[in-house]
Amino acid sequence: MEILYLLIPLSLVLVLLVGVTFWWAVKAGQFEDLEGPAYRVVMDDDTPPGATPRATGR
Amino acid sequence: MEATYNYKVVRQFALMTVVWGIVGMLVGVFIAAQLIWPDMTYGIPWLSYGRLRPLHTNAVIFAFGGSALFATSYYVVQRTCHVRLFSDGLAAFTFWGWQLIIVLAAITLPLGYTTSKEYAELEWPIDILIAVVWVAYAIVFFGTIAKRRTPHIYVANWFFGAFIITIALLHIVNNIEIPVGPMKSYSAYAGVQDAMIQWWYGHNAVGFFLTAGFLGMMYYFVPKQAQRPVYSYRLSVVHFWALIFTYMWAGPHHLHYTALPDWAQSLGMLFSLILLAPSWGGMINGIMTLSGAWHKLRTDPILKFLITSLSFYGMSTFEGPMMSIKTVNALSHYTDWTIGHVHSGALGWVAMVSIGSLYYLIPRLFGRTEMYSTRLITVHFWVSTIGVVLYIAAMWIAGVMQGLMWRDFNVDGTLKYSFAEVVKAMYPYYMIRLLGGVLFFAGMLIMAYNVVKTIAGQKAVDAPIPAPAHA
Repeated sequence: MEILYLLIPLSLVLVLLVGVTFWWAVKAGQFEDLEGPAYRVVMDDDTPPGATPRATGR
Repeated sequence: MEATYNYKVVRQFALMTVVWGIVGMLVGVFIAAQLIWPDMTYGIPWLSYGRLRPLHTNAVIFAFGGSALFATSYYVVQRTCHVRLFSDGLAAFTFWGWQLIIVLAAITLPLGYTTSKEYAELEWPIDILIAVVWVAYAIVFFGTIAKRRTPHIYVANWFFGAFIITIALLHIVNNIEIPVGPMKSYSAYAGVQDAMIQWWYGHNAVGFFLTAGFLGMMYYFVPKQAQRPVYSYRLSVVHFWALIFTYMWAGPHHLHYTALPDWAQSLGMLFSLILLAPSWGGMINGIMTLSGAWHKLRTDPILKFLITSLSFYGMSTFEGPMMSIKTVNALSHYTDWTIGHVHSGALGWVAMVSIGSLYYLIPRLFGRTEMYSTRLITVHFWVSTIGVVLYIAAMWIAGVMQGLMWRDFNVDGTLKYSFAEVVKAMYPYYMIRLLGGVLFFAGMLIMAYNVVKTIAGQKAVDAPIPAPAHA
């Protein structure tokens, strides 16, 4: 099963990269506020400009 | 001039999602009928089951699912980062490149060009094109993240980002092959090594293309449609990191009782079981977003689509780990139960979350706040839900029956049923499956009509980017 000599190191490298990204995210303060972002997405008004709600149809 | 979001590429991908959904599901209905009437195409090679089946899987996964992911990820990354896409030119390139790939697949697969690797059948020149388009996609997406005007990166973008990076890696490693002609190549790996690579790719494609990508969609469109923040943002962050830390080793469960070493099979099973935890965390998080607003489900068919999709996500992420247990797999492997499981995930989860998201998205891309007809969305919802239930129930029964018949012995140790007898026993269930598929396909036609009526006479709009918020 020599393919595992490729796949296992590849997984370990990936886990390492995921770990580094996680570490960066913590350091960069991505998880400082774990309430606000959820609200900001809902508050972002994406009604198109000049929208005509229910022009036709039922 | 006022700065706007790039909605053009979102519009293109969103509309093509509907088109490819219809095409891919039509091919699915066609091959479901072929399983009942094997001679219905009079032996025409281009229409044989073996060539059309990969066309169906490629069309629904990569053309329909892929276009839905492109459309929603481009929309979500712009709206949550408050910037226009990193490059309009590259974004347009990903659209036309992806459509070209789909057309090439639709031509080469019926002609019989195939690498014979499941979900990676396309031959080497198309593989290279896919890699190029995917790298462009990564540049557009991460470039947009990099120039964001909001300090926080919303959780949906993390899911989309993980999906983009992982698919690039999986696609390239699995498709390393030696070309021996313009449309013929041999895999660089042989025998069980190739099988291991293939299912490392195959299952992680399920995990990152069909799960992580669509979870990104879920974490944006469920809160938006419900007009409520996600139940627990903290849980969504845990969900993301738990999922990507534990995903990579589920693949060997596709190779139980094969030449793969026993320990590798058990490892695959173990990791598959672990995945139940993050999957259900995410499912509960999505559904509980409606906590305190359950009444909205009564009147809002888009929410019905989204919440039902999460229920199917929960069901298939429970069923999957169960099927990866070796003793269960001894019964379920190679039977139609697997097909039922896949469609519970593909129709119930992937297609329904995409459809719900598109119903939210499409009117907003054309200067409206809602679709032409809400009643037609309700009809679509019920038609497709009944379709999925018929489909998966039929395949459960057929699959368990198949497995039991195959392993039934006479007292003298000979097999009780010949293979053909088992096939014959499948007919009623194949009919029910066809009916379920036809219903789901009919739902897509209803959607297409509703979409045409929604955008007819409307002008394409690009929404302005809000002024930077001063924190």
